Amino acid sequence: MSDAHALHLETSTGLDSRKLAIWTFIGSECLFFATLISNYLVNKSRNLIPPYPHDVTLPGGKVVEGVIEIPLVTFGTALLLFSSLFIVLALAEAQRGNRKALLGWLAATIVCGLFFVGMQVYEFTHFVHKGLTLKVNLFGASFFTLTGFHGTHVTLGVIWLITLWIEAFRGRIPPAKSLNLEIAALYWHFVDVVWVVIFPVVYLIK
Amino acid sequence: MLLRIAATRRWAFPSAWVLCAIGLVLAGCSPEHYPQTSLKPLSDFAKIGDDIQTTTFWWALGVFVLVEGALVYAIFRFRGKPGDAEPKQIHGNTTVEIIWTAVPALILAAIAVPTVKGIFATAATPHGDVLTVEVIGHQWWWEFRYPDLHITTANELHVPVGQTVATKMGTIDVIHSFWAPRFAGKRDVFPNRETRLWFKADKAGEYSGQCAEFCGIQHGRMAFRIKAQTPQEFQAWVSHMQTLGAKPAAAAAAPTAAPTGSVSTASAGATVKPPQGQDPAYTTGEKLFTAKGCVGCHSLTAFNAPTGMIGPNLANVGARTYIAAGTLKNTDENLSRWIQNAQAIKQGVLMPNLGVKPDEARSLVAFLRAHQ
Amino acid sequence: MATTAIDQQRAHAAAGHGEKTGLWSWLTTVDHKRIGILYGATAFAFFLLGGIEALLLRIQLGTPNNTFLAPETYNQLFTMHGTTMIFLAIMPLSAMFFNFMIPLLIGARDVAFPRLNAFSYWAFLAGGLFLNSSFLFGAAPDQGWYGYANLTSRQFSPGMNVDFWLLGLQILGVASLAAAVNFFVTILNMRAPGMTLMRMPMFVWMSLITQVLLLLAFPVITVALILLMFDRFFGTHFFVPSGGGDPLLWQHLFWIFGHPEVYILILPAFGIISEVLPVFSRKPLFGYAAMVFSGAFIAFLGFGVWSHHMFTTGMGPIADTFFSLSTMLIAIPTGVKIFNWLGTIWGGSLQLRTPMYFALGFIAMFIIGGLSGVMHASPPADLQQNDTYFIVAHFHYVLFGGSIFGLTAGAYYWWPKMSGRMLDETLGKVHFWLMLIGFNLTFFPMHILGLNGMPRRVYTYPEGLGFETLNQLETVGAFILALSFAVFLVNIFKTGRGPRNAPADPWNGATLEWSIPSPPQEWNFAEVPTVRGRDPVWETKRERGGSLAEPARVSGAGIHLPNPSYWPLVAALGLAGMMTGVLLIQHLGPWGIMAGAAILFFGVYNWAFEPAG
Repeated sequence: MSDAHALHLETSTGLDSRKLAIWTFIGSECLFFATLISNYLVNKSRNLIPPYPHDVTLPGGKVVEGVIEIPLVTFGTALLLFSSLFIVLALAEAQRGNRKALLGWLAATIVCGLFFVGMQVYEFTHFVHKGLTLKVNLFGASFFTLTGFHGTHVTLGVIWLITLWIEAFRGRIPPAKSLNLEIAALYWHFVDVVWVVIFPVVYLIK
Repeated sequence: MLLRIAATRRWAFPSAWVLCAIGLVLAGCSPEHYPQTSLKPLSDFAKIGDDIQTTTFWWALGVFVLVEGALVYAIFRFRGKPGDAEPKQIHGNTTVEIIWTAVPALILAAIAVPTVKGIFATAATPHGDVLTVEVIGHQWWWEFRYPDLHITTANELHVPVGQTVATKMGTIDVIHSFWAPRFAGKRDVFPNRETRLWFKADKAGEYSGQCAEFCGIQHGRMAFRIKAQTPQEFQAWVSHMQTLGAKPAAAAAAPTAAPTGSVSTASAGATVKPPQGQDPAYTTGEKLFTAKGCVGCHSLTAFNAPTGMIGPNLANVGARTYIAAGTLKNTDENLSRWIQNAQAIKQGVLMPNLGVKPDEARSLVAFLRAHQ
Repeated sequence: MATTAIDQQRAHAAAGHGEKTGLWSWLTTVDHKRIGILYGATAFAFFLLGGIEALLLRIQLGTPNNTFLAPETYNQLFTMHGTTMIFLAIMPLSAMFFNFMIPLLIGARDVAFPRLNAFSYWAFLAGGLFLNSSFLFGAAPDQGWYGYANLTSRQFSPGMNVDFWLLGLQILGVASLAAAVNFFVTILNMRAPGMTLMRMPMFVWMSLITQVLLLLAFPVITVALILLMFDRFFGTHFFVPSGGGDPLLWQHLFWIFGHPEVYILILPAFGIISEVLPVFSRKPLFGYAAMVFSGAFIAFLGFGVWSHHMFTTGMGPIADTFFSLSTMLIAIPTGVKIFNWLGTIWGGSLQLRTPMYFALGFIAMFIIGGLSGVMHASPPADLQQNDTYFIVAHFHYVLFGGSIFGLTAGAYYWWPKMSGRMLDETLGKVHFWLMLIGFNLTFFPMHILGLNGMPRRVYTYPEGLGFETLNQLETVGAFILALSFAVFLVNIFKTGRGPRNAPADPWNGATLEWSIPSPPQEWNFAEVPTVRGRDPVWETKRERGGSLAEPARVSGAGIHLPNPSYWPLVAALGLAGMMTGVLLIQHLGPWGIMAGAAILFFGVYNWAFEPAG
């Protein structure tokens, strides 16, 4: 993806074209997730049959336990937030030309990402055991769609970061090419920010 | 010179044509020529929309004439000739730009005021002496139920002139749209929500309407009739319908509570329409109606008819103008063709071909024709 | 193999031949002009296909109770006609001009991401072929281009028809989004020195706004299609009422995309008209700033009017009022545009060449579409008009009378630049007159029919409703319309056999593309120009007192160009493979999808790691 860099060293805005492109892409992605989140909210409110996300007290006083487990997801959220910090540090080291520190922080970012994906796989499996599937009700359908697409974004981000880690390991990300990492970092931050919205919407708001 | 002539013809022709066409719009909306027109409303509801449409049309026509006129004028007036000097280079003019932003805004305001009034007027719930009709869309026919009168019919909506009819609408399958252009604009019908519409018919007569939301292979054949009747005629029709099909046992169980509205329930509990004399075809047809499985989808009961039937209610099918939701005129021949091979006439219709032979079809027609 | 191709082409370039030939050079091209030509040729082919579909529909409707087409066939054809014209004809015809013209108009040597550009084209081609391959299986989409739920559910549409449609649109959506990112960045970042935003040609401005609309509207339809895909393939109930889902949600999601989509279709045409009118009036565009802001305002309002497609659903008076007023508001900036176009020709010295004919025809026809649009902004009136032929008339006046007239004006205007050949003026004018007459004959009577009770999307109509005469007239008109494009084809083939006779500046143009040879050399500008005003070429001509000397074709030695690449093609095939995998999930399980994804990844990885040039 280094077409523009090679061709046009100076741009009209002064911003590197690849950076502008990733910002543009992120802008478009905002609408993607906004639609998914709206869909979740609409369908959660229309959901009438269990399993429910949170505890529901039936008219008779019987309580139906919700499937969501906040502690686990809070841990995952913390991992993602820390990973955003780590990638900032990785980028700083890349710009400074400190390859070892770059590799370290980037590895930490990747590990956080992997743990988050693992957490989600565990959570999904657990939910399926509790009877929550795509088919069973509107909550399940819209929950898995929303968090699943976010998880896919995290997974793609992890693959991207692993690729960059290998490149960095081979010494192919000198300070002059730190933009390669910066662009991935922008994407990674975006994915984290989306989670910061999804987390309260799905897990905290009852 | 030749260029000039060419240019003259060039714009004169389409403009004249367009003006002609507008003339056609104005003249060409006579209900004789277009029985399903929306431009000659016959109800209070339809008149609200028609008034706004007419107002908007005249504004639009005025704007059209002025702007197209200016365009045509400019094309003639400013046509370049070889050797012309470069025209004055004008980049804009704030005053005229403000004017042509403000003037359309004022025109739109003139349209917006009646529009908003019209929105609230049409959305209002009708009060007083209201006849409620449940409209249920099916792939591809219409079911009409009068909950207060306990009668059900299909594809022909009877309404009394001078009394407000309020519809409560839904569908058992996909989205359709109920549209009776002379009486009201469309209202979509949904499988999971109730929509409403109301109108008070001004004039007796038989009118047409049809589904206006694409609903599958036979969307094009999902019409219905509206029979607007004088209150007396309507009352007679209701009384008649209430005698249809309610067998003695069922009649005993039928609710006797007086319905609301100006139409009262006639004495319920009459037997099935008696056979016309001792027509053997009728008796054979009656047997075939069960033997061929027609009875599985079609009810012959208008009064307290069962709900959730797959096919149209046939209690008064003999008296209807059309069959198969406006597909065919209700003649004996057409009815017979339909019974034998509905798929050939309305491909994809839910009524299967049941292997009815021509002579059997004749008996079935005799049986159904007696259901007036 | 890539190395070979690159080496060969470098050798050519070094030898001073810009021209590369052969199938391989087209498959691997990253030149925006060649990609533009590919877009144009493909989109025009789809346009002709959509036109043939329309002719079949018109034959069917020419007489009442006609049995020329079976109902199922009719439903497939009207669905494919709409889908084709919107996604496979008008949008990619606009993309042809984005590709070919934007870099030339802003003084750039290519787009920001040449290989992404190639990917967009191949994905578009794959999506178009995917959609149309449904005809081979007798399973063309048959639910309308707007695919209203719950008719699209497995229960009511059990066949593959809807699957082809939703998966095909996903491929096309990815193509559009990739192109939108590319052109957004290109316009912002690749302008020649001195070309500030407020000096950009109006076509570039309208294109920029179109990209923003694409970027913000397409994600919404992508999600809607994903939800529908889940409903159909994985048993969710987003739009299935029996499972608690709401079909009305589809309508909201669809039109949140669908209305901006209308402006995606018309804004590029607005831009083209704003280029053509000044040149052939020999006078600058009137009210440049107002044109920019009205375009942006239309786009902004375009996101706040979607429910005017849904007045008949009974949303309640508050929502109706909001969407009615916001819709009416759009008439103001649209009016500003029309008045500014009139202001542009007013006082000018009109050169009535073919592009100008189409541009003036555009104004005349678009006004009619705009005014009928105001008529159904009013819900009580729209309750009658919605889903009738009145609406069909309206949107053909804006999409044919608007977009197609505008795009055709652009085709005649830029043809010399793109092909190096002048089109025949007489045939061009014959094309115009046939098109204007055929168009009005086909679509004007639809206003009358719609108001007089003829609903849309019906495969036939009974006798006695008064629809016979006008429908027959429309069918005749449709054939005249088809004939007009036959004349266009004759023009293309006739002049295509002739010499490359187009000068660099055949129309006394104002913008940068007219300062370079026709057709441009691969690097566009031998020397990147410096811009000092809105009409740079006019200004240069004025300074030098008259016309410019014909620019010389130069050797490209020393000009850096991107390398050709076939990885975008591989990636696009992977994307189409993934969607084919979904289509065949019953037979292949997840393996088809995974194979497609693997090809996609393989393509993207090799693309990312190959030297760009």
